[in-house]
Amino acid sequence: MTNIQDPTCPVVKCILLLDSEGKRIAVKYYSQDWTTVSSQSNFEKSLWNKTKGTNARQEAEIVMFDDYIAVYKYVGDLMFYVTGSQDENELILYSVLQCFYEAVSGLLRQQIEKKTVLENLDLVLLAIDEILDGGIILETDPQLVSSRVTMRGAEGEGPSASMGGAQTFSSAFASAKEHLARSLLK
Amino acid sequence: MASTAQDSTAPLRGPEKKDEEDMGEETEFSPFYGIDKGAVLQESRCFNDPTPDARRCQQVITKLLYLLNQGETFTKKEASEVFFASTKLFQNKDVNLRRMVYMCIKDICPSADEVIIVTSSLMKDMNSTTDLYRSNAVRVLCRIIDSQLLMQVERYLKQAIVDKSPVVAAAALVMAQQLLAANTEIVKRWVNEIQEAAQSKNHMVQFHAVALLHALRATDRLAISKLVSSLTKASVKSPLGQCLLVRYVAQVVADSQPGSGTEQRPFYDFLESCLRHKAEMVIFEAARAICNLKDVTSRELAPAITVLQLFLSSSKPVLRFAAVRTLNKVAMTHPLAVTNCNIDMESLIVDQNRSIATLAITTLLKTGSESSVEKLLKQIGGFMSDIADDFKIVVVEAIRSLCLKFPAKHRALMNFLSNVLREEGGFEYKKAIVNSILLLIQESGLSHLCEFIEDCEFTFLSSQILHVLGAEGPQTKEPSKYIRYIYNRIILENATVRAAAVSSLASFGAKVESLRPRVVLLLQRALLDNDDEVRDRATLLLKQLGGSAGGAGAVAPTLDIALSNMERMLSDYVAGPTDRPFDITVVPKSATETRRSKGGAGGGGGGGASAVPAPSASSAVKASTTEEYVELLKSVPALAHLGGDIFKSCEPVRLTEEDTEYAVFAVKHIFDSHIVFQFNCTNTIAEQADEFEEETVVPLDSMPLNAVGHTFTVLARPPNSWALGKMANILRFRVKEVDPSSGEVEEEGYEDEYQLEDLEVTPADYIKPVVVPNFRNSWEELNPESEKSDDYGLGHREGLQEAVEAVISILGMQPCEGTEAVPPNARSHTVLLAGIFVGNAEVLVRMSFGIDSASDVAMKLVVRADTDKIAEAVHSIIQNA
Repeated sequence: MTNIQDPTCPVVKCILLLDSEGKRIAVKYYSQDWTTVSSQSNFEKSLWNKTKGTNARQEAEIVMFDDYIAVYKYVGDLMFYVTGSQDENELILYSVLQCFYEAVSGLLRQQIEKKTVLENLDLVLLAIDEILDGGIILETDPQLVSSRVTMRGAEGEGPSASMGGAQTFSSAFASAKEHLARSLLK
Repeated sequence: MASTAQDSTAPLRGPEKKDEEDMGEETEFSPFYGIDKGAVLQESRCFNDPTPDARRCQQVITKLLYLLNQGETFTKKEASEVFFASTKLFQNKDVNLRRMVYMCIKDICPSADEVIIVTSSLMKDMNSTTDLYRSNAVRVLCRIIDSQLLMQVERYLKQAIVDKSPVVAAAALVMAQQLLAANTEIVKRWVNEIQEAAQSKNHMVQFHAVALLHALRATDRLAISKLVSSLTKASVKSPLGQCLLVRYVAQVVADSQPGSGTEQRPFYDFLESCLRHKAEMVIFEAARAICNLKDVTSRELAPAITVLQLFLSSSKPVLRFAAVRTLNKVAMTHPLAVTNCNIDMESLIVDQNRSIATLAITTLLKTGSESSVEKLLKQIGGFMSDIADDFKIVVVEAIRSLCLKFPAKHRALMNFLSNVLREEGGFEYKKAIVNSILLLIQESGLSHLCEFIEDCEFTFLSSQILHVLGAEGPQTKEPSKYIRYIYNRIILENATVRAAAVSSLASFGAKVESLRPRVVLLLQRALLDNDDEVRDRATLLLKQLGGSAGGAGAVAPTLDIALSNMERMLSDYVAGPTDRPFDITVVPKSATETRRSKGGAGGGGGGGASAVPAPSASSAVKASTTEEYVELLKSVPALAHLGGDIFKSCEPVRLTEEDTEYAVFAVKHIFDSHIVFQFNCTNTIAEQADEFEEETVVPLDSMPLNAVGHTFTVLARPPNSWALGKMANILRFRVKEVDPSSGEVEEEGYEDEYQLEDLEVTPADYIKPVVVPNFRNSWEELNPESEKSDDYGLGHREGLQEAVEAVISILGMQPCEGTEAVPPNARSHTVLLAGIFVGNAEVLVRMSFGIDSASDVAMKLVVRADTDKIAEAVHSIIQNA
């Protein structure tokens, strides 16, 4: 939950990834507006009901209801939502949404469907964690987000990372193998 | 968002399991199919293995996080077990596993005394050479530490803020923003580092540094203004940072004194330059800031409107929505400035996004010219049925204002309203339509009638219309325009019409304060009329408008009491021998249901004990109405000397547990100088007949099965004072056995006592609700020195409405002007209450409620009354509640 005191700071109230039936796959709430699971799921239901009939495949759409602004986009059989207060700059929320679905598409090699997302739920949750912290926007560049999710550049802890040359062939091979294995598993 | 305590902890997976059969195929794909918390917790033991399998551990953590995400909760013990186990994974070298562990610790964070064991691992990572370890360690550490621990790691956090790796610096700055609330002093010490970070080339670092610099100065207006001027000169590159800066500038502009006349607004140039920024979010933020400037001029608006107009034709719905929403707001104050966008706006009427379409239409309705009205209506009619009710209401309101603007298009607009009235829709929507139509009838209808009486030859119709004008005219938007028509009647018509016109005119003067001096002037001319009635009316009304003879309120008195009650009270008054003048304030306000014939109402005093009504047993539970009480009390000879006028009868209070042998309810009747306690007793045991013996002024003769008997106790108190206290009640009686077979009552019986619950007399019993027609006036009439004000915390509440209702019911006063209804989502609310204290002392209360994010409600209570003592008494009601 967020403890931001400064009202001028742009804040995301919640970020949601729902399936085509409105069921939650990965969500993160940063606002005291929803403290119970049932109030969260009520919100998800009404948001989904409001938006399910609209076409948000080409371009992200926007809806205003209940004092909130939600920007959303459908990709495959998934619905990505980013919600903020009604006074929030719509375009800031949009930049978060864009980063969210682009980072997830990148991480899942464009295989955006419920099945792959569930199989790689760790990556999706990490992406959310890298984009937002306590509702504050941490990063909006999808490339950076996905490289941080996969901890690129952190393989081989310690000196080996800073002095690339010292990396032995076997460890480089091992990490390449691990990379390959992970990408095949996806 | 109704949720019971039970629901709030229930995870969301419930329904998924239920329709397992028909979803079987699909759920089988899910790696989480049939997931079970116990099993996952069991699996998490693998963290403790001496050589844990990194891949497997990651999967287990994912499962744990999945459970959390679906709303599953872990008990404290479960959480700390998982936490301890996962800290072991810090030994593992796998980077991806490490990343998962970081997230896991943040989400499953146990109590503060346990986090200590992980801090050393995190500190190690904070000094790691890997950027991502440092940044994540900072984020986890700040999430779990308290201020004491924060002091220890302060040094590292300061370093992290100026770290050359942007990901570390941004993480440290974001954490500082969140720590700020609880640790302002510590974060303030980092200001030099934050300043340095604000110069960073990295966009996110700069953005967060700027936000933090502002947050640190949030309370100091001067410091903010300095910060803003230095930041606007330096170049803030980050688009998000620039957005922040625009917000700060708007804040500074709003706080600064408005410049005189032509002087240019400070920082306007900066806002204008932001309109040419590369990033759309900055352009929009600046345009929005300009549109929201106080007293913005059309010249200042022009560049902002131009960029918003470009947004209108964007391919992105988000941009179109943002632009049209802002323009819609501008159209309310500066319709002309927006007319340039009308062509772009018209193409948005058919936008796929209904929110955009509706906003476009309402904007057009506000800015449109008379000639485009019909075209617009046709376009709106096409999709009215497709949009949500709340948007329909917006459309209806826009149409209403259009009607008032273009009377010539009245017919077309009215037609539209009547068509939509016939379509499907919810209550609020229909209400908006009906209200609009009523308003239009009033506005246009009245002006038609005014035209008509200009040359009306029928005296009867003229005076009728004049009466309607007097009643309805003052509520319209422009009451002054009717004055001319009415005054013309005073000059030109016959005596009857002149008299009606004088009354009608005076009612404008009474209800519309601003018109009063002008009305008085006009009425003075009627003083020399050659007809008696006209002169008399004018004289009386002038006096009343001048404040004497009942004041302006008496010009058009509103009778807010039920006429049936009035009639009964008056007939009682006439029947009884009394010298006192009739007091209208004792007439009950709400219409009471008359359940019994009023046959014996007049002479109840002499009726004797036989007149005691014997309602059915269940009626003891029902709240009897005041009217019934009056008749009941009158029918008791011992109480007849009290007179019939009860000041107030309180709601019945139960003095016994439910389902006991004897059910006793007490009703407090407040008289001017007495309190009467009425005890309604019901015997629920068969085979016993009870008899009251003592302790009561009016003993109950017998208490047969399941019938209600009444007994009364009268206490005297000084007139118009209020005695408070608690009374212990004991029901003493003689029990007589009844032979079930013969039905005969035993001779002797035995004494018995029955302990009842205490009955309390509180100040609230001495107040009764009363309707005040104009709260503001009444408030100002009361002596301001009697004003008593105090603040109260009401603790945790469901919402404002609940708090308001609770306080109103405790005080037992009448909410005025509809203030008892709290608008949805309001964070604060003011309630006006009026009441009358025994002895006809007026008391008015103004309560301001506020609710904070934790749903704690605070209340400020301001009381004005005829005397200080009463004001204090009202406070004491709240203090004791």
